[in-house]
This record gives sequence, C-alpha cells and structure tokens, in this order.
Amino acid sequence: MDNMYVLMMGFLSVVIVNNFVFTKFLGTCPYLGVSGRLDTAFGMGLAVTFVTALSGILTWLVDYYILVPNGLEITRYVCYILIIAGAVQLVEMYVRKFFPALYRTFGIFLPLISTNCVILGICLFINIWAIDNLAEVAVLSTGVGIGFTLAICIMAAIRENLALVDVPESLKGAPITLITAGLLTMAFMGFAGMIK
Amino acid sequence: MAESSTAKIDYLSALTAGLWKENPTFRLLIGMCPPLAVTTAVKPALTMGLCVIFVLVCSNVAISLMRNLLKPHLRIIMFTLSIAAFVTIADLYLRAFSPKMSEALGAYVPLIIVNCIIIFRAEACASKCNVWVSILDGIGSGTGFTLALCVLAGIREILAAGTFFDYRVMPKAFVPWAAMQMPVGAFVTLGLLLGLATLITTKRAD
Repeated sequence: MDNMYVLMMGFLSVVIVNNFVFTKFLGTCPYLGVSGRLDTAFGMGLAVTFVTALSGILTWLVDYYILVPNGLEITRYVCYILIIAGAVQLVEMYVRKFFPALYRTFGIFLPLISTNCVILGICLFINIWAIDNLAEVAVLSTGVGIGFTLAICIMAAIRENLALVDVPESLKGAPITLITAGLLTMAFMGFAGMIK
Repeated sequence: MAESSTAKIDYLSALTAGLWKENPTFRLLIGMCPPLAVTTAVKPALTMGLCVIFVLVCSNVAISLMRNLLKPHLRIIMFTLSIAAFVTIADLYLRAFSPKMSEALGAYVPLIIVNCIIIFRAEACASKCNVWVSILDGIGSGTGFTLALCVLAGIREILAAGTFFDYRVMPKAFVPWAAMQMPVGAFVTLGLLLGLATLITTKRAD
C-alpha cells in the first residue's frame, strides 16, 4: 500500500508538478518547433512517451547490472546514447510498418527524437535521483513522457489559435511562442510545492 | 575543401558566421534548452558556453577527419557517439576542477550531447569541410552561442538579484524581480530578445 502511494505521487509529480518541459526546460526544441498542429503533436508525444519508457528502463537495467558492478561508470553517457538510438530505431520501424500515414507526417522529426533532451534527461535524472527499484523507474519514465505529451498538446492547441491573432510584426513566430510558454509555465507554477 | 582563391574569405566567414548571421540561439533557434536552463546567473552560463565551445571544436575536428569514412545511414549515430565521448571528458574535467559549478549545472552538462547545435554543425559543416574550416566554424558558432547565453544571463541576473558576475551593480533600494529567477523569466526574456533580434534584422534589410 505504501509502495503504491509512492509510485502514484511520483507519477503525478513528473506529469504535473515537476513537468520536465516547464520546470527543467527539457524538450523545448520540439515544444517550440513542431507543435503547430494538435494531432501531430499528440502522435509525437506518444512516440516520445514510448521511447522514454523503453530507454528509461533499459538504461537503468544496464546501469544497475552492468556498468556499476564492473566499475564502468565512465562510459555511462556513451551507453545511454546507444540505447536511446536503438530504441528510437525500433519505434521508427514500428511506426513505418503499422502507421504509414503518421510516418509521413513526422518526416525528419522521427529520427530526431533520439536527440530529444527529454529522453536523455530522464535517463540522467533517474541516475541522479538514485532510484533503486524497477517499478519506480518504469512509472517515472512513462510519467515524464506523458508530461511531455501534455505540454506539447496544450502548446499546439494554443498555437492553432495563435495563428489567427494579430501579433506585432517582430514578435511573430518563435518570440510570441516563447512568451506564451512563459505564461503557461506561470500557470503550472501554481502546482509547485504540492508534492516533494 | 575550398582550395581556390576564395579560400581565405571562406575561413573568415566560417569564423564570423556563427556570431550573428547564423547565431544558433537568436537566428537559427536551435539548442534552446541550455539558454533557458542555465542562465539564472552569468557564471554558470559562461561555464556552459565554454563547455559547448570545447565539445563543438573537438567533435568538429573528429567528424571532419572521418568524414570520408562515414556511411549515410550510420552518420547520426557516429556524430552522437563522438560527441558523447567529448562531453564525458568535459564533465569529468569540470567535476575534478570545479566541483561546485559541476553541481550547479547538474544534468545540463551531459545534456550537451543532445544539444542540436553540435549535431547541426557536424551535419552542416564538419562532414563537408576540411579540418581548419571546421575548427574555425566550431569556435565561431560556440562563441555566438556563449554570447547569447551571457546576454540572457546578464539581463536575468541583474533583474533577479541586482548583481552581475556576483558583483552588485544595482543600488541597495532595488527590489529584485523574483520571477526572473524562475522558468517564467527565462521564457519571456528569451522571447523578447528574439523579438529584438528579428526587429534588428528587418531594420537592417530595409
């Protein structure tokens, strides 16, 4: 029971209170770049969620059972990158086979998921937070992906409407998106301090 | 591999392009995570910038040297692997000689690996040009990135704490803007700076 409570709180924490996009600025590139349309943003979010969950678990397993017992921590970043690239390759093949329409919409952005900071970010933070059981790792890394999906979906919905608004000439495009993101962050700050 | 009469101009433009015309943060809008995350004060921003310059120059050299051996489908993974190796060096160096700064920057040093600027320069320049052009390009883009970081950090540090590089610059009566220290300050300041950059370019073009 106690364990369940910790897991649930951890999940809520990374989805809402400590959302990676809003509080740690990870994944701001796709957040500002591709989130022009809601359906694409949602698909992108799901792909990222799958990769974070997979690579979060795999990196933790490799770290815990191979790198640390053998004193190979120095190769940690190289191993993480290899695992993430492998996971992204897997997702790319899967999407191409089963969702060809979605695959065409993503275009170049799909292979670029491997350079998405959210994914390497969660692998590193799991390491920094020194989490030592697999269930928690799985919940946290899935939660981070869902938090990212939430963030880019909100942003995409706002940007769909932003296209119709009269914005000062020099603020069009990225600047107004960043300012909007700032205001959004402020809204999410209301949750700060609720957990952890 | 421009060995013609324009070679000299190529070298110069490789060095200066990154400063303004192709400034990663203000003009190309890539690698936006560190400019937002580490710019609460000038000191961490400068450290971050120096780390990025080091990694960028080293990875540009490595990739430029092996550019003829790269297979197209293995390109990106080779880029990231060599970048990861140099980031490990930078991280270990920082941890050994400046543990306090290393702790302050935390996960953002290893996150240089997935910084789009470095992969972008590898793809756009180092995998096509000779070593010397790649070095200059790395220094140029890295410096442009560092300058952008420092401008943003300077504004935020002055408004949030009234200090610049840990020296007090504002009068005692100045009330710090707490919001500037928070994520809100980062997003809004960068947004306004980008607006300013767009304004300058359009004014110049007229």
